[in-house]
Amino acid sequence: MATADVAQEVEAGMPQLDFSTFPNQIFWLLIALVVIYLVLSRIALPRISGVLAERSGTISNDLAAAEDFKLRATEAEAVYEKALADARTESNRIGDEARAVAQADLDAALAEADAKIATQTAAAEANIAEIRASATDNVAIVAKDVAQALVAAMGTNADQVAIDAAVANRMKG
Amino acid sequence: MASHTATETTEAATHGAEATAAHGGDAVAQGADAAHDAGGLVFHPLDQFIVKPLFGDGAVHWYTPTNVTLWLALAVLCVVLLFVVGSRGRATIPSRVQSVGELFYGFTHKMVEDVCGKEGLKYFPYVMTLFVFILFANFLGLLPMSFATTSHIAVTAVLGFGVFFGVTILGFVLNGPSFLKLFWMSEAPLFLRPIIAVIELISYFVRPVSHSVRLAGNITAGHAVMKVFAAFAGLAIVSPVSILAITAIYGLEVLVAGIQAYVFAILTCVYLKDALHPAH
Repeated sequence: MATADVAQEVEAGMPQLDFSTFPNQIFWLLIALVVIYLVLSRIALPRISGVLAERSGTISNDLAAAEDFKLRATEAEAVYEKALADARTESNRIGDEARAVAQADLDAALAEADAKIATQTAAAEANIAEIRASATDNVAIVAKDVAQALVAAMGTNADQVAIDAAVANRMKG
Repeated sequence: MASHTATETTEAATHGAEATAAHGGDAVAQGADAAHDAGGLVFHPLDQFIVKPLFGDGAVHWYTPTNVTLWLALAVLCVVLLFVVGSRGRATIPSRVQSVGELFYGFTHKMVEDVCGKEGLKYFPYVMTLFVFILFANFLGLLPMSFATTSHIAVTAVLGFGVFFGVTILGFVLNGPSFLKLFWMSEAPLFLRPIIAVIELISYFVRPVSHSVRLAGNITAGHAVMKVFAAFAGLAIVSPVSILAITAIYGLEVLVAGIQAYVFAILTCVYLKDALHPAH
């Protein structure tokens, strides 16, 4: 049955081999091709190639800009680091200065205080010497009185000069 | 033309009767409902390729708008929609349609550049025209009830011989008589060169034939096979198999539609390369 069918088709002829339709097909095909060619070459292809070029341009510009920004960020970071280091040195310097000034003040105050203490000590020592001297004198007087009284008690009239000499002699030793 | 159609109808009727008779018991049930649409198991796989006028039943003159005209126009329309309307935004970040158009552009551009080199890019619009036309004609032909323009040898022969004559003329214009070096293998031993030249010459003249018959043959065969399976779908017992087969072959044909357009375009590039650099 299939062979009969094929035979029949061959008999009827393939529409592809019906030469009477060739001029029609070729005519319309040429029109279609020319239209497609004109549309592509005049409008579509220049437009698409323009878009593609523009896009690759945009991409490379953006990449360059990103590179630039990155560079600037690195620079800014370096500047910041430097400022930080400077600030740190500056603060150290100010601290040192303040410390030195305070030390100087302290030293001056200490010296002054030492001086005061020294004068006061000297004065006190003078006082003490004075007091001691006067005490010695008083002791001598008391000793003379006591010696005279002792001598008088023993019944002898004591020579004033001898008593003074004896007391002075004893006080020396 | 009118009488021709009439004969076909009678043939179809008789053929339908034969088929019913041949299948006997199986086809009797089928015959009942098939009878009113003129024949049960009808094989007319080639009817889909008949060129008909769009309006009326008159003769097909060279200027008559036919179904060929309609489907060629639809192919042109698709090209315009994809490449002109799709890219009208000229967007740096493309829309979906625009990026498909750019994909086709990039694909064809790279193909021409890879095969023909930088100087071949001058002819890129021609290759692009052929490629997108064949691609859209093939895919439109796969729509049900459509007409496959590229199944016709008249169409593919114009394309194939157009490339052949274009390339040959271009070869002589660019290279003068030294274009004939294409056939003279200077690397081959001297005594072999004439023989090789004859073989090369034959193969050169066979090019347009193979170029055009390959495309028309592939499309015709695929569509005819689908129609044959479709006719078997009229038999209830084999219809599931038949429909599965149609689905499978349809998938294959989608592949063939793309591949044949690509093959046509890349062969055009190869022939163009011969015209640009004829020396082997």
